[in-house]
Amino acid sequence: MLTRLAARALAGFGVVAGVVTLTFFALRFAPGDPVEHLLGSAATAEQLAVQRHVLGLDRPVPVQYTAWVSRFVRGDWGISIAKGRPVRTVLADAWPATVRLVGLSLLLSYLLGIAVGAVQAHRQGSRTDTALSVITVTLFAVPGFWLGLMLVMVFTYWAHALPAFGAAGLDADYLTTWGRIVDGLRHLALPLATLTLIGIGGSARFIRGAMMDLSSQPFVTTAHAKGLSPWRVTWRHTLRNALTPVVTLLGLSLPTLFSGAILVEAVFAWPGVGRVLVEAVQARDYPVVMAATAVSAGLVVVGNLLADVLAGWLDPRIGTRTT
Amino acid sequence: MKRLLRDRRGLFGAVVLAAALLLAVAAPLVTSGDPNAQRDIVATRFVAPLSTDGTGVFHVLGTDRFGRDVWTRLVYGARVSLGVGLLAVLISVTLGVTVGALAGYGRGAVPLTLLGLTDFALAVPRVVLLLLLAALWRPSTALVIVVLGLTGWMSVARLVHGEVRALAARPFVEGAVALGARRLRVLVRHILPNAVTPVIVAAALGVGNAITLEASLSFLGLGVQPPTPSWGNMIASGRDVLVNAPWVATAPGLVLVLVVVACTLLGDAVRDAMEPSAPLS
Repeated sequence: MLTRLAARALAGFGVVAGVVTLTFFALRFAPGDPVEHLLGSAATAEQLAVQRHVLGLDRPVPVQYTAWVSRFVRGDWGISIAKGRPVRTVLADAWPATVRLVGLSLLLSYLLGIAVGAVQAHRQGSRTDTALSVITVTLFAVPGFWLGLMLVMVFTYWAHALPAFGAAGLDADYLTTWGRIVDGLRHLALPLATLTLIGIGGSARFIRGAMMDLSSQPFVTTAHAKGLSPWRVTWRHTLRNALTPVVTLLGLSLPTLFSGAILVEAVFAWPGVGRVLVEAVQARDYPVVMAATAVSAGLVVVGNLLADVLAGWLDPRIGTRTT
Repeated sequence: MKRLLRDRRGLFGAVVLAAALLLAVAAPLVTSGDPNAQRDIVATRFVAPLSTDGTGVFHVLGTDRFGRDVWTRLVYGARVSLGVGLLAVLISVTLGVTVGALAGYGRGAVPLTLLGLTDFALAVPRVVLLLLLAALWRPSTALVIVVLGLTGWMSVARLVHGEVRALAARPFVEGAVALGARRLRVLVRHILPNAVTPVIVAAALGVGNAITLEASLSFLGLGVQPPTPSWGNMIASGRDVLVNAPWVATAPGLVLVLVVVACTLLGDAVRDAMEPSAPLS
């Protein structure tokens, strides 16, 4: 088990290195560079050249690459060219907003999705099941950015009930602690609802499928034969065994939610990592793009690894499998 | 096939997709013509659905900020969105089947290399990659197709790899080998035809996924470029006018959801129909 994990961690490290390298060279060969964005169209060729020299962008690309890698691994992530602030600060400022949004929506969409899927599997073939299936397959198909826009239309423009943009109101600094919490929650409501609704679609469909596959297994028949109530069989026996693949899915959806959040963050002007990344790509802000890519690739790998460990812990048979 | 159409989900999916394709192909016949046609903008912009504009022309789904007919753009947008989805999936299925088949039936270092490549590609965050690739070149429809095709083959490859490995151990394959068929012939004539069903299911889901991703890219301005209509850039153009012209963003979104739901349901139905032991649900 440990050697297997070590091997996977090593492979994961290779993946991160590969992604980062690919991104670095892709960025350098993309048209446009940060200096053009920084100085604008009025700059002369001379001014551009001077600025490029100052930033070291006129050195050969492989030299820039090794320089970046050696500084990055030592924790020196550089300074954002567009913003003039250290990359670490830029990302550190954006992280809490993304974690708050993505973490909560992961939690909610799995809790609600498991409940919905379990109810469906329990009442398989009933009208409730069909109705819930229609709802979940629709939620699963809805693009996040469009659902976000629709929620903004209804709750912000029509009902005037919730704010649509940003993570805090303009007056947030002047509110009491309690008022600031309420303000934050109100801003969180629509983006969180968007991500959660879409997440429920996926997790409910998955749980229903997993539980229905299990329903013909001998241990379920045994549980029924023991005279347990149908609800107890569903909750204590079928659902518990269906949770192993869910844990794997949870690990895999950690990065998916991160990337899905890019679009939802764009719609709601949510000050998270997704928005930082989109802005940085557009401004060719090399240091920020590189750091954000490295972190998100790292998350993918950690998510996979975590899923592996948790699945092995829930189902001891997995650890001994050799493939 | 009969099982498929007896399944309500399969029927719904097939009907919706057929209708969407038919409308897209017959676009000039069912619309007023040019999706980019602009006349007197002041008299024709933001006309509500089911009403007549200042020049006496009726609009089923209203008009956008340039007075362009939303229904016409929606139908021509279907050509772009469905076309992008289908072509992107064609690329990713071709790649995925090739990689999966070689990884499943190849010898020596081939399987390990290809599986490693697949795992690597799976671990790359797709949306980040899409952002970068779209930023690399000037955004265009062809670029979107290639980028979506190149980033969507991994799940198909994994699937085909598993199927091929399982099929390779079956008696009919051993029989073909014993009769002296060459490996490539065994793979193409005996193994792959039996692995078609899961590929069809994956392709159906893939089309829905590709249509959504095209819309996402176009929404960010990195996909299909205006004035060419695609469902994604239509939603983007309706974003600023949600208050006074909500139909501009609502209509393409609803159609997109309908088509993606149809893809998902059709995929589910195909999978169930090909597993005769599974009860119809």
